[in-house]
Amino acid sequence: MSEGKHISKHTDTMNQKDIVLQINNLYKSFGDNHVLNGFNMTLRKGENLVIMGKSGSGKSVMIKCLVGLMEADKGSISVMGKDITTLNQETLDILRADIGFLFQGSALYDSMTVRENLEFPLRRHSEKFDGKVDTNSMVIKALENVGLAEAIDLMPSELSGGMKRRVALARTLILQPKIILYDEPTSGLDPITAKEIIILMQEIQKKYGTSSLIITHDVDCARVISDRMILLIDGINYAEGTYAQLSISKDSKIKAFFKH
Amino acid sequence: MLSIRSLRQQIDSFFIEIGELSYFAGRYFKESVKPPFEFKELLCQCYSMGNRSLLLVIITGFIIGLVLTLQTRPTLMEFGAVSWMPSMVGISIVREIGPMITALVCAGRIGSGIGAELGSMRVTEQIDAMEVSGTNPFKYLVVTRIVATTMMLPLLVIIGDAVALYGSFLVENLKGNVSFTLYFNQVFNSLEFGDIIPATIKSFFFGFAIGLVGCFKGYYCKKGTAGVGKSANSAVVFTSLLLFVIDFIAVFVTDIFYDL
Repeated sequence: MSEGKHISKHTDTMNQKDIVLQINNLYKSFGDNHVLNGFNMTLRKGENLVIMGKSGSGKSVMIKCLVGLMEADKGSISVMGKDITTLNQETLDILRADIGFLFQGSALYDSMTVRENLEFPLRRHSEKFDGKVDTNSMVIKALENVGLAEAIDLMPSELSGGMKRRVALARTLILQPKIILYDEPTSGLDPITAKEIIILMQEIQKKYGTSSLIITHDVDCARVISDRMILLIDGINYAEGTYAQLSISKDSKIKAFFKH
Repeated sequence: MLSIRSLRQQIDSFFIEIGELSYFAGRYFKESVKPPFEFKELLCQCYSMGNRSLLLVIITGFIIGLVLTLQTRPTLMEFGAVSWMPSMVGISIVREIGPMITALVCAGRIGSGIGAELGSMRVTEQIDAMEVSGTNPFKYLVVTRIVATTMMLPLLVIIGDAVALYGSFLVENLKGNVSFTLYFNQVFNSLEFGDIIPATIKSFFFGFAIGLVGCFKGYYCKKGTAGVGKSANSAVVFTSLLLFVIDFIAVFVTDIFYDL
């Protein structure tokens, strides 16, 4: 615990203007199961922050609280300076246009084609582009970004797991979000496809300058993509630092994550 | 002792479910009058539901008409009242058997379909993906489906009634050499607005109940594929029960108006 605290010192001194996302003292329980016990986190502009934790450690619960899919028991969540726990539904929906979310299972709408999947978020957020939405060109551009322009008229059931993940990423990108949340972006994919997705995530980050919060238990993914890491253990940010710093830690709980 | 406790738990959970369903219905009324309105999706759902159930309603209606006439004929012949057949079949089909059988068929076909579809969308995080993209999934998925079932069921009932009467006519034509004109003249002479209007109003409530329970069960589906199956199944069981309750209330209310 002490090591984790020591490593995290530098986050306290970061420029407040650079913070796009901040969680303070987040608590969430399901009955007697206390999943989050005062979790804290900050994400800076243009940063790739990886959160690692064991299965059931509360990573997905935390990320769902972040976008308002779940209500936290206690604590504050600030996204681009707005506390989402106090926002009304309409303001939250507008804010959500700036937050992309890549779901673990891609979550493509299986009754719609790839084109319709990408058009769907644009229906609600045309005001973000001053009402001038050229849907067709935006869909094609988003698909070209993920190298899947030829799949535009296919149904999700006709796509492989990796293709689905790419299309989901394209759907996330179409609203040009400032923050992208990735929930286990490489889970369920073979190592080659997983690597392709990681490269794609890096390219997107470079091209659009987005801030990324990546939830994973894939150490390789964390090594390649992270600027900074948080280890979520027992519902708190147990340790924080760069991959290089954490991977040489002598703390047994931290070491367990980096064993191959 | 244990069984009393378990019975109490079951009663508690039944009333909790009734409460949740009422809240869900309240949310439906609130959301259904708020713009934006999803007309395109509503038309898709109307087409899909009508199209999906039409053949089944026609087959069931036809068989009901045949069976009802075949079963009743010998008894009426015994009393020398076989000429009453068109009136008796007409009133019983239009007032009670047509709406009820069509509603039960649609509960199995449409209600379970909605339960399974929304349940699977919930489990695969598609509903969460809609919410995160700033689209109101309740309005897009639930409101459109409930409005579609409410609008389509009376139409299906009318078609079912017509086919059932035609089935009955075929039996009469074969066994009693009754002409098409004579048969349907007798049917329409015996029917009054007091038979048709309450049955049509009742059909709207049946349609609403099918959509409401199917959406409720699917929208709050518990995790896992087993949850999807359970949602579809309980949607049919709960709707069927509710249809009988609505039918009883409708008959009771109609009876009061008749007395007046």
